[in-house]
Amino acid sequence: MAIISKIILPLFVIVIIFYGVKKKVNVYDTFLEGAKEGLVTTFNIFPAIIAMIFAINIFLDSNVLGFIIDSLSKYIGNINIPLEIIPMALLRPISGTASLAIMNDLFKTFGPDSFIGYLASILQGCTDTTVYVIALYFGSIKVTKIKHALWTGLFADLVGIVMAVILTNLFF
Amino acid sequence: MVGYIWAFLIGIGIIYSLVTGNINVINESILTNASEALDLILNLLPIIVLWTGILKIAEVSGLLDKFAKLLRPFLKRIFPDIPRDNKALGYISSNIAANMLGLGSAATPAGLKAMEELQKINKEKDTASTPMITFLVLNTAGVTLIPTTILALRVAYKSNNPSCIIVPAIIATMCSSIAGLTLDYFIRKKKRKWR
Repeated sequence: MAIISKIILPLFVIVIIFYGVKKKVNVYDTFLEGAKEGLVTTFNIFPAIIAMIFAINIFLDSNVLGFIIDSLSKYIGNINIPLEIIPMALLRPISGTASLAIMNDLFKTFGPDSFIGYLASILQGCTDTTVYVIALYFGSIKVTKIKHALWTGLFADLVGIVMAVILTNLFF
Repeated sequence: MVGYIWAFLIGIGIIYSLVTGNINVINESILTNASEALDLILNLLPIIVLWTGILKIAEVSGLLDKFAKLLRPFLKRIFPDIPRDNKALGYISSNIAANMLGLGSAATPAGLKAMEELQKINKEKDTASTPMITFLVLNTAGVTLIPTTILALRVAYKSNNPSCIIVPAIIATMCSSIAGLTLDYFIRKKKRKWR
């Protein structure tokens, strides 16, 4: 399994470049063109990153979360889920930037190779900003009655979260 | 929605620290936050730029389209209500293929086009049709093979093995997609029975 994880990235790179050369694409210039687009995209999300880091850090630094976790753990007892992950799981379907900011904080506090670090990585990787995507896609064609789309999407996210917990226990 | 949550996080954070007499921490937090955001974006920037460069080659060479074509037989099965020659299937497969490679900027236009085509064959224009819902469930479950931003951040925080999360993340995302599609399938079936 560890080998597959390590091989995916190099495999993609070689297949993409080889296919490009085969199809007589100017791979170098095309790379530069794409990289420039990536640069613009990244700078475009910078304001959102500032906004979210600002809000998330005020929230986390106030330690209101510690208060909530303390009061919750009296009732939940000892389960094998670090409660620090809960705000990330709650915000993930709404804002990718917010959950990214929390993941950044978890990496800073616990390190990327801790249990929480692994869990946060898998969680961020296995779900998408469901609420945002549904609002954007249905909004674009002016559909207002979305029936069970939101709940089914959120159910899939919930399964993703549960799977992330199970797999982190299994793999690491 | 995001606006409310944003305001809520800031509001509750400041009020709680005022109550607990912890306002010094918040004062410092406000002053240092912005530079932390800059650190984060600088950590993400190199890998995102590198990967969008690589993926541009996949896009221009037609590899992305080829990948999308591979997905079509599978997609035809989960979208039985879309006529075979309809353009929507093509857009859906491009959207899913681009999402799988972590190419969000190419995925969204294809996704919006798919919704447009689905709207053309939709009978009630203000109501979500069956294929629309299935498409969004599949889309939001978010099957991603190369999670670029996560890898970038793991590298930045000096992980010993940044890419080791790829396989478990793929397994988790497969499970959530299958769960979403299954639930969608049963809801559809039940609704048909009622009619």
